Amino acid sequence: MTVLLAATAAALFAIGTYLILQRQLSRIIIGLGLITHGANLLLITSGRRGRAPLVGEADPSLMSDPLPQALALTAIVITFAVTTLLLALAYRSWLLTSDDDVEDDVGDRSVARGTGPDHELRDQMESMVAGEDEPVET
Amino acid sequence: MSWLVPVPVVLPLIGAALAVLVGRSRAAQRVISCVILTVTLVVSVVILVEVDSNGAMVAHSGGWPAPLGISLVADRLSAILLVLASTMLLAVLIYAIGEPGAERNHVGFQSAYLVLAAGVSASFLTGDLFNLFVAFEVMLTASYVLLTLGGRAEQIRSGMTYIVISLVASSLFITALALIYAATGTVNMAHIAERMADLPLGITSAFALLLIVVFGIKAALFPLFFWLPDSYPIAPSPITAVFAGLLTKVGIYAIIRTQTLFFPPESQHGTLLLVVAALTMAVGVLGAIAQDDVKRILSFHIVSQIGYMVMGLGLFTLAGITGAIFYIVHHIVVKTTLFLVGGLIEHAGGSSRLTRVGGMVRTAPALAVLFLIPALSLAGIPPFSGFLAKLALVDAGLGASEWAVVAVSLVVSLLTLFSMMKIWAGVFWNPVEDHSDDEYDAPPLPVGRLGGPPFMVLPTAALVVCSLAISVGAGPLYDLAERAASDLLHPAAYIDQVLRP
Repeated sequence: MTVLLAATAAALFAIGTYLILQRQLSRIIIGLGLITHGANLLLITSGRRGRAPLVGEADPSLMSDPLPQALALTAIVITFAVTTLLLALAYRSWLLTSDDDVEDDVGDRSVARGTGPDHELRDQMESMVAGEDEPVET
Repeated sequence: MSWLVPVPVVLPLIGAALAVLVGRSRAAQRVISCVILTVTLVVSVVILVEVDSNGAMVAHSGGWPAPLGISLVADRLSAILLVLASTMLLAVLIYAIGEPGAERNHVGFQSAYLVLAAGVSASFLTGDLFNLFVAFEVMLTASYVLLTLGGRAEQIRSGMTYIVISLVASSLFITALALIYAATGTVNMAHIAERMADLPLGITSAFALLLIVVFGIKAALFPLFFWLPDSYPIAPSPITAVFAGLLTKVGIYAIIRTQTLFFPPESQHGTLLLVVAALTMAVGVLGAIAQDDVKRILSFHIVSQIGYMVMGLGLFTLAGITGAIFYIVHHIVVKTTLFLVGGLIEHAGGSSRLTRVGGMVRTAPALAVLFLIPALSLAGIPPFSGFLAKLALVDAGLGASEWAVVAVSLVVSLLTLFSMMKIWAGVFWNPVEDHSDDEYDAPPLPVGRLGGPPFMVLPTAALVVCSLAISVGAGPLYDLAERAASDLLHPAAYIDQVLRP
C-alpha cells in the first residue's frame, strides 16, 4: 500500500514538473496543483495507517497517526489560498496581455541585446555586428 | 519572561486586523502600524537582553509541553535577528509613509505589511519544523500581495515567477517534512535533533541536502537564485528594501538553524556549502556588473552577499559561524539602506536606470552621502561594517585553511567595489545622458535640500547611522555573535531547554 502511494506521489511530481516547465500559465498552475498534491500525499503516507483516530472507536494501537493528516490539512488550505491568488493574477495577466504566456523579463532582454550603459562597448559590438548582419530585434 | 516570546508574532497580526477595520482612514492605519512595530521592536530588544543574560526562552503554545505542542524558542541568534528585523520593518514603514504612491493608494498595504512582519518574526522564533513552514507561508503570502499590489503588467509578470518558484519550494519543504516525520516521528525541532542521531548516515545526509535545496531556493543560493533579480526590482522601493533585507535572510537563518541543530558533524556538507558559496558570490557579482539599473544591480548583489553568509556556515567552525552571523547583521542593515537610497534616486531622478539619471552629486548631494557610506560598506572598505564582517569571515577561512573560497571572496569584494563605483559614476558623477526615449519612467521630481521628502530621507539616514554604529560597536557585537555561534555549535543546551524545561 505504501509503495502504491509512493508511486502515485512520484507520478504526480513527474507530471507536475513537466507542466510547470511549459510556457502557458494555465498549465503551470495545473502543474503546481499536481506537485502540491504529490507532496500532501507523501505527508499522509509518512504516518502509520490504521483505524480512524477517534477516542473509543478502536484500540489506540490500531489507530492511524492523526498528526500527518492534520499537517496535510493545513498544507492543503495554504496551497489552496496561494493557488487562488495565482489564478487571480493569471486572470489579470490575461486581461492585460490577452494571452496566456509567461512573458520574458524586460531587463534580461535589454542586457541580452547589449543596450546597457556601456556605450563604448555597445558601439563596438554594433560596429562588429554591422559588418556581418543586422542585429535581430526580439 | 517567556510570555514575551509570542508577542512579536501575535502583535503584528492583531495590528493587521485592526488596520483592516479602520480601512477608511489611512491616518489611523499608519498610527496603528507605527505603534505596533515600535512596540514589537521594544519587545524584541527586551527578549535579546533577557536571552543573552539568562539563556534561551521557550514558550509552549496552549501550555502543551514540548514534543506535543508547538514551541516558540528565542535563543541568541533568533533574538539578534528579531531585533534587526523589527528595526528594518519600522524604518521602511516610515519610508513607505513618506513616499508618494507606494502605500497611499492601497487600503491593503498596511495589513499585508504587518502580516509580513508577523511571518518574519514567527520564522525566527518557531521551534517546530511544520510551524516553520506555516511561518514561511504567512510571510510569503504577504510578500506576494505586496509585490503585486497595483497590478501593473510587469508586476504581474515578475510576481507570477516569484509565486510559482516559492510554491515549488514550499512543496519541496512539505516533501522534506514528510520524509523527516516518517524517519523520526516528530516535527519538533529539538526532538528531531535528538532522534536524528540514531538514524543511518545516508538518510541524515539526504535530509541535510534536501533542506539545503528547500531553503536554498528561498535564500537564493547558486544555482537556485535566478528568480530573485527578476522579481525584486519590480516592487515599489520600500517593498524591495524590506524583501532584500529580510526575506532571503530568513532562508539563510533556516539553513543555519537546521544544519547546525539537526545534523551530527559527519553528515554536514561543509565542502559542498563552500563550493556553493564561492559560486553564489561569483555569479551574483558578475550578474550585477552586467546590469544598468540601480535596483537590478543591488538585487544581484543580494545573491552575491548570500554567498558570504553560506561561506561562514560552510566552515562549521566557531569563527566561521560567528563571521556569518556578524555578516548577516551588517548585510541586513546595509542592503536595506541601499535599496532605500535606490528608491530616493528613483524619486529624484525619475528612473533607476543608470543611463537616464546623472549629475546627482550636484542636484542632490545629501543622497550622494547616503549612498556612498553603505556602498563602501558593502564593498568592504575600512572602517565600515562590511570591512569588519568580511575580515571576520576571511580570518575564519584562513583559520580553517580554506584558501580557495577566501581567494574568491576577496576577488568578489573587488568586483563589488567596481559595480558600486559604476552606480556612483552613473548616478552621481556623469551628466544626464538621454531623456528622449522614456518609456514608462516618471518625469524627475523637484527635490529639496534633503534630496527627497523628509520622511523618506530620515529613516534612510537613521539606517546609515545604524550601519556606522555597527562598526563602532563591533567589539561587543562580535562577542554577542560569538556567543550565538557557540550556542549553535553546542545544540545540547537548546534541546534540553525545549524538551526538559
